[in-house]
Amino acid sequence: MNFLDLIWLIPLVPLFGAALMLLFGRRLPNSVISIICPGAVGVSFLLSAGAVLQLAGLAHKVHEVTLFTWLPLMKVDMAFLLDPLSSVMILVVTGVGFLIHVYSIGYMAGEGGYYRFFGYLNLFVFFMLTLVLGNSYAMMFVGWEGVGLCSYLLIGFYFNRKSAGDAGKKAFIANRVGDAGFILGMFFLYQITDSLRFVDVNAALSSARFGVEHSFGLLSLTALLLFIGATGKSAQIPLYVWLPDAMEGPTPVSALIHAATMVTAGVYMVARSNVLFQLTPDTSLIVATVGAVTSIFAASIALVQPDIKKVLAYSTVSQLGYMFMAAGVGAYWVAIFHLFTHAFFKALLFMGAGSVIHAMGGEQDMNKMGGLKDKIPTTFRTMFIASLAIAGIPGLAGFFSKDEIIWQTHASPLGANFLTVIGLVTAAMTAFYMWRLMYLTFYGEGRMDEHTRAHLHESPKTMTVPLIVLAAGSILAGWLGTPKVFGMPEFFHGFEGWLAPVFVPLKAVGEVAEHADHATEWLMMFISIALALGGIAVAYHMYVKLRREQRPTGGALYPVLLHKWYVDELYDFLFINGLSLGGGRAFARFDSGVVDGGVNGTAWATRFISKVSMWWDTWIVDGLVNLGAYTVRALSFPVRFVQSGMLQSYALVFVLGLLAIFGYYWVR
Amino acid sequence: MLPTITTTHYLVLSAALLLIGTLGVLLRRNVVVIMMSIELILNAVNLNLVAFSEHLKTLNGQVFAIFVITVAVAEAAVGLGILIALFRNKETVLADEIDILKW
Repeated sequence: MNFLDLIWLIPLVPLFGAALMLLFGRRLPNSVISIICPGAVGVSFLLSAGAVLQLAGLAHKVHEVTLFTWLPLMKVDMAFLLDPLSSVMILVVTGVGFLIHVYSIGYMAGEGGYYRFFGYLNLFVFFMLTLVLGNSYAMMFVGWEGVGLCSYLLIGFYFNRKSAGDAGKKAFIANRVGDAGFILGMFFLYQITDSLRFVDVNAALSSARFGVEHSFGLLSLTALLLFIGATGKSAQIPLYVWLPDAMEGPTPVSALIHAATMVTAGVYMVARSNVLFQLTPDTSLIVATVGAVTSIFAASIALVQPDIKKVLAYSTVSQLGYMFMAAGVGAYWVAIFHLFTHAFFKALLFMGAGSVIHAMGGEQDMNKMGGLKDKIPTTFRTMFIASLAIAGIPGLAGFFSKDEIIWQTHASPLGANFLTVIGLVTAAMTAFYMWRLMYLTFYGEGRMDEHTRAHLHESPKTMTVPLIVLAAGSILAGWLGTPKVFGMPEFFHGFEGWLAPVFVPLKAVGEVAEHADHATEWLMMFISIALALGGIAVAYHMYVKLRREQRPTGGALYPVLLHKWYVDELYDFLFINGLSLGGGRAFARFDSGVVDGGVNGTAWATRFISKVSMWWDTWIVDGLVNLGAYTVRALSFPVRFVQSGMLQSYALVFVLGLLAIFGYYWVR
Repeated sequence: MLPTITTTHYLVLSAALLLIGTLGVLLRRNVVVIMMSIELILNAVNLNLVAFSEHLKTLNGQVFAIFVITVAVAEAAVGLGILIALFRNKETVLADEIDILKW
């Protein structure tokens, strides 16, 4: 079977599932839905795996399948592109997506709108696969908008809760801001390269026509606009604000959309546009800086949040910042590698958190948890592994990818020292907030009320088995990209080699000069391990050793962090109340003053003119007519009495007249 | 033996009919009678036409008489229609009472 020519089926199978659910789902029993929807994604995963395996056998690792022409003028087709980059993405989307679908069977069992949930979820998978499989920016944009829609629908899944609806709207609007950048970037790109197909665009940009842009010009602007699109979708400063609020959605949604797949679309897009970004060092520096600042900023907020899902949300923002940091310094494969490993452990953390919330009967405040270690052991063990992985403990997935990022910020010619420092500090903070979460949730004494305590229970198999699978992934995924200094066989750093055909070498400096500075690399590795262990140790000290009253509060910084640096309030002030409300008021004034004034003025003028016209009509026009009438009447005064109205007198005049005429002839 | 009826006889009869009709139109008040008088006038004309047709040995006059009869029928129909409409509104058929069309 030739899977390569069937890649168009990969997105289509979930679309079929979604259509079935949204059209007929209401009448299907839950048991059928539980088979169809995860099944559809499972089929997609098998097709993806088959196609990727066959792709590996090709010499030239690019395969395009065109379904039909879409926009002939712009040479845009409904077509799919399978190459090493999209193959990684589809495996993540369908693989993690399948596990989360299975998990959802258990998680959503007691919820209303079961079919609606799975319908949206399948629709999301369809759009996400379109996004990553599309062969052009236009196709990518279709998926891009589609996942935004599904994100909106799923965040607002509990639509009778106002906060959920608001969060959905916030996500949608923040994304729209980014999308505007994406669209403009796409237009510029078409203007520059005369195509939107990735293959053509990259070929054009690699040609001799374009050189590295050392000052900020058209290419840099294009790249920056695309990156603005990425900041919206991937929750980077300044558009990250929607992601923490997106936790209003059901937890599987947070795991799938807001941790593993959709939010990485921006990273994917930047990686896809790597040729463009490599030509524009200025924009690349902006990307790296925004990524770095976002990562430390979000991590600082995650340090103090009491809500278990909020911690994970800010952690996601922070980790996405890492990915952009890697992309910004030109280490695109590392960005995708971190995306890959992050998908495992972050999805696992979210699903674990979902399992905890499930056990706690809906409680999300960690201050009311504690001591869950023995009550829900499978959840605890899997989350333990994921927390080690994200903290950067050697041997687990997060260590390899995060360490490589930090190393690249130093080793890459585009790297800078401040990026390295921020990366290391953020790593320590990550270890701290993750283990704060673990200690508050699973260790110490239970702080829940008696009723909740009595009902603590481990989640059903459909929820725990995906956790276990992902835990295995969190351990193993990193071994595809071990540092070269380890001197492992080729397979263990195969990730870079697999992606190498997609990422052209830096034009600016020729081949990436691996600073073969092994000593520094080892040193940095040990620093980062030490920082991770330090973070965990501090968390252990604060949340296990010290009692609640004894803990240092962090002084004045604590409320600032708790309120997320007041960014929401700032945005409210600047944009909601400032720009929107103030602008609305200004428009209202303009409306009542200028527009209404114009309308009223016109009305007044019309009335005035009509008055003049009426006067003219009464006195001049009617006057003339009446004058004519009066003249005729006056002139006809003596004669008109002849007209008596008596028929026979008229006849008599006829006859007399006739007789007179005859008489005249007679006499003559 | 009766004397031969010459053209002159016809013309005298025609003139008499014309005179009666004209006086009828001028003197009678009833619109119905006025219309009958008009018929008399028309028939006087017809008689005249036919008489001259016979006298001049051409058919023109006779053909013309047929046309006059046709027109007279139409005129009578329209005239009676107007008369009925008038009677419905004014409840009178007397010509001197129908005098609103004046200065």
